[in-house]
Amino acid sequence: MAQPLSYRKESPSQTAGPYVHIGLAPGDAGFDIYATELGRDIAGPNAAGARITVTGTVTDGTGAPVKDVLIEVWQANAAGIYPGTGEVEEGFRGWGRIVPDFDTGLFRFDTIKPGTVMGRNARPMAPHLNLWLVARGLNIGLNTRLYFGDEAQANAADPVLNLIEQAHRRATLIARAEGSTYHFDICLQGDAETVFFDV
Amino acid sequence: MTATDLYQRDRTWHPPALTPDYKTSVARAPRLPLLSLQTSASELTGPTFGHTDIAALDNDLIRNYAHGGDPIGERIIVHGRVLDENARPVPNTLVEIWQANAGGRYRHKKDSYLAPIDPNFGGCGRTLTDANGFYSFRTVKPGAYPWRNWVNNWRPAHIHVSVFGTAFAQRLITQMYFEGDPLIAKCPIVQTIPDPRAIDQLVAALDMNASVPLDAIAYKFDIVLRGTRSTYFENRPEGN
Repeated sequence: MAQPLSYRKESPSQTAGPYVHIGLAPGDAGFDIYATELGRDIAGPNAAGARITVTGTVTDGTGAPVKDVLIEVWQANAAGIYPGTGEVEEGFRGWGRIVPDFDTGLFRFDTIKPGTVMGRNARPMAPHLNLWLVARGLNIGLNTRLYFGDEAQANAADPVLNLIEQAHRRATLIARAEGSTYHFDICLQGDAETVFFDV
Repeated sequence: MTATDLYQRDRTWHPPALTPDYKTSVARAPRLPLLSLQTSASELTGPTFGHTDIAALDNDLIRNYAHGGDPIGERIIVHGRVLDENARPVPNTLVEIWQANAGGRYRHKKDSYLAPIDPNFGGCGRTLTDANGFYSFRTVKPGAYPWRNWVNNWRPAHIHVSVFGTAFAQRLITQMYFEGDPLIAKCPIVQTIPDPRAIDQLVAALDMNASVPLDAIAYKFDIVLRGTRSTYFENRPEGN
């Protein structure tokens, strides 16, 4: 018998359930408990770069909006720096939590447009937001990316988008630009299914 | 900064997306496989939190929503460590929990279960692990509650747990169960996990040593996040 490998196994995931807001956004669950809820402001007041708004809906395999989803955003600043890896503007957390409207399922958040980030093997990645979705019915969080529709040239060269074998599916990761607002619908299942990553 | 790769997530250990006995998963599971990425700075970095983000009572669910009294229920301490797969502690990382009250009722405008709200219980808490990865909460033991899956499904008593680690790709939400609960074996959500050893990893053990005599009983729950891989064959001036 070989030597034992003394690695531990990662704790298995479980769904966040229908009441995820109680823990991660109690104001949305209907009660105030914390002095500060985390994740309400992604970029902070001092961030350089273009102020943008992102809107969209998450839909299930029947086309119905997923109203109990919670989305986390992780992004670099306009200079392409992630907090913790270099100097960023004071108050720039780069991370936030998004809860859609419980009646319509429409989500909306404000941040700044991130800069280009270096990918593996010194290949630059087009500006993007990392998104992580949890909800009732999702046994493990889903990772995806939002790219910007007005960055066509950078998107065409992006090493991650170019890993998607079916070229038409790349469009599921590209938000439609309308001035400073970007529309990004996420489809969990079906013909227009969003590309999700195992990162 | 050279970010360090994570061990690949073992998706045969985690529940798959499509688990038909948990009905909501059917319309919410992607049909197509996930696209595997070699991680970059995007995934290997993550948010950090500090003591200015949270308040002193945030990890004490017996006190953090008390309106003139204590909540009703079994007083418990939930404690443990956040480790990675290499068994290294994960210090200063945010652990958030949420749960129902002792009767199985959540303080959420969407929960209409007939068990009453407890006026002194909110049901959420958060804390940072210490330099050795330790965390602790004080709360009441949540009750089981019914849910509309099959008509007579009941969730075992559980506390939802959210952990960050140092990389966005370590992000994890799971649920903690209690040793000996007979509902664990019957729960379609628990049983989304294919391997019984993985289920055991989510069951907190009764911990008499950490119990406070005549006050609160303790459960120990360690959380394991993905480990980082040493890159032996690249020059890394900062070491492994």
